[in-house]
Amino acid sequence: MTSPVLVLVELDDAAGSAGSVVSALSLQALTFARGLGDEVHAAVVGELPDSAGAELASFGASVVHHAAGARLDGYAARAWATALVTVARSTGPVALVAASTARGNEVLAYAGAMLGEPMAANVVAVVPGAPWTATRQMWGGAALEELTLLGSVHLVTLAAHVVAAAPAPVPSTVVEVALELTDADLVSRVVRTETAASGGADLAAAKVVVGGGRGVGADGFDPLLELAALLGGTLGVSRVVTSQGWRPHHEQVGQTGTRIAPDLYIAAGISGAIQHMAGCQSAKTLLAINTDADAPMVAKADYAVIGDLHQVIPAITAEIRRRQP
Amino acid sequence: MDVLVCIKRVPGASGKLTLTDDAMAVDARHVGYTLSPHEECAVEMAVRLVEAHGGAAGVLTVGTEESLEQVREALSVGLGSAVLVEADSAGWAPADVAAAIADVVRAHAAQGISHDLLLLGNEAADTADFQVGVRLAEALGLPCVTAVKTIEVADGVLTARRDGPDGTEVYEVPLPAVVTVREGSVIARYPSVPGRIRAKKAPVERVTPTVVPQGNGRTRLTLPPEAPSPVVLVGSGADAAPAVVDLLERLGLVQSGAQS
Repeated sequence: MTSPVLVLVELDDAAGSAGSVVSALSLQALTFARGLGDEVHAAVVGELPDSAGAELASFGASVVHHAAGARLDGYAARAWATALVTVARSTGPVALVAASTARGNEVLAYAGAMLGEPMAANVVAVVPGAPWTATRQMWGGAALEELTLLGSVHLVTLAAHVVAAAPAPVPSTVVEVALELTDADLVSRVVRTETAASGGADLAAAKVVVGGGRGVGADGFDPLLELAALLGGTLGVSRVVTSQGWRPHHEQVGQTGTRIAPDLYIAAGISGAIQHMAGCQSAKTLLAINTDADAPMVAKADYAVIGDLHQVIPAITAEIRRRQP
Repeated sequence: MDVLVCIKRVPGASGKLTLTDDAMAVDARHVGYTLSPHEECAVEMAVRLVEAHGGAAGVLTVGTEESLEQVREALSVGLGSAVLVEADSAGWAPADVAAAIADVVRAHAAQGISHDLLLLGNEAADTADFQVGVRLAEALGLPCVTAVKTIEVADGVLTARRDGPDGTEVYEVPLPAVVTVREGSVIARYPSVPGRIRAKKAPVERVTPTVVPQGNGRTRLTLPPEAPSPVVLVGSGADAAPAVVDLLERLGLVQSGAQS
């Protein structure tokens, strides 16, 4: 009798940029799950392209449980949870794992409620044993909670980017899941998707983000937009900027905004509150521009310019233009 | 319509966190307490719904007497009634909190008060458990939409929009329902002076929970090690621009053209 770990897998609708069909965060979850049980099973709800099955096998899923049908065409969190719980009841996993995404967290929350089990969101480490223990992010990662995983099945969502996805090919089979859905599973479902760009996705994927905070002022964002455009990047702002109504919320970087991971983040006039840092801690290089040399943002930056952003930013823009052939 | 907003008192920390001596909590002695941003937004949505549709909006929290500070904040911007589920709930599991709220909703229903909409934050600013709303909905047998940015109500149907992987997802669920809110679509208003006075005098329904808490299993909190940050001072003021652009060139973000 083996003790599988069951991983809820999300697929990218459009084939990913790297040719991956399985979402990058789900690949991280599959990699993470290998350390928790004898074997890894994947659960996929909705369409399962052959390429996804092959990719799941190459990332260590020895069984792919596939639930599909007309009623599963649109996303419905509770229906996904019912699929996951149905598989769990027939396979007896030691743990259920998902990526900590909007879907991963809500599906596991439903599964926890249905199974009468606790759920721990945003874990960074799990140690099987008696008892199982875990470490999870609180405060957007500014604090960590060490906890005992209570309950008999351990439900966790994995924080983004704490594990690097790595392949580990195994022979794999696909098992179709016979599912009985109720109306309650489908009452809350996506009835349509509006594809007007929210801008948040652009920000999350941007290679360069020029960020502005309170120090920019209500009418001071044009020079930041100009520099961002010159660098092929986009504008990001701190929470005070959106709560003042200076810029729209989809430009907000932080714990309650967008999490960014650019090659360069230029943080201008941003003090560096932990809620903001939660959104920009994955930036590869951080350049702070601030009048206050003691601002937390300056301490956390790789590079800093001490000065008034209203003078520094236009000067940088002018210097880039001057050097252009 | 009748809306009940569930809120949580959280430390108002924004700088470096410090922990209490027993490492079981964030030390809030010097930073005070506040509402989670998502819940500020939920309170504002509730006030607007009642302004638009009539009815009543109330606030509920599970916590100690001190939580009334946040309850009165919510009352001061326009919520009309308040429930305090009195418990030292710091060690509670999200399922325990959801069960205690569900008990109140059932008790209200028995008294003839039926809540059409239960609003919560998507996740608390401190513990970020991402599940109280879903567990509450399951306990009550209600539909739930999480991570919602905007809501509209018409003819007993709630239309909710949220960011999805492929665009804005639209949900249409019948009321009563549970919705968890992500901030972003509305800006919370400031309390008026009459609002503050009304909030001070407003009666609070006190409930002693009967939930036997399972607990959250916490053994301790830690702070992540600070990466040693050897910040490089590039310069001061506008004179730093050439050095900054040198840096941009080294990072490959600016193509070096005609050099100076």
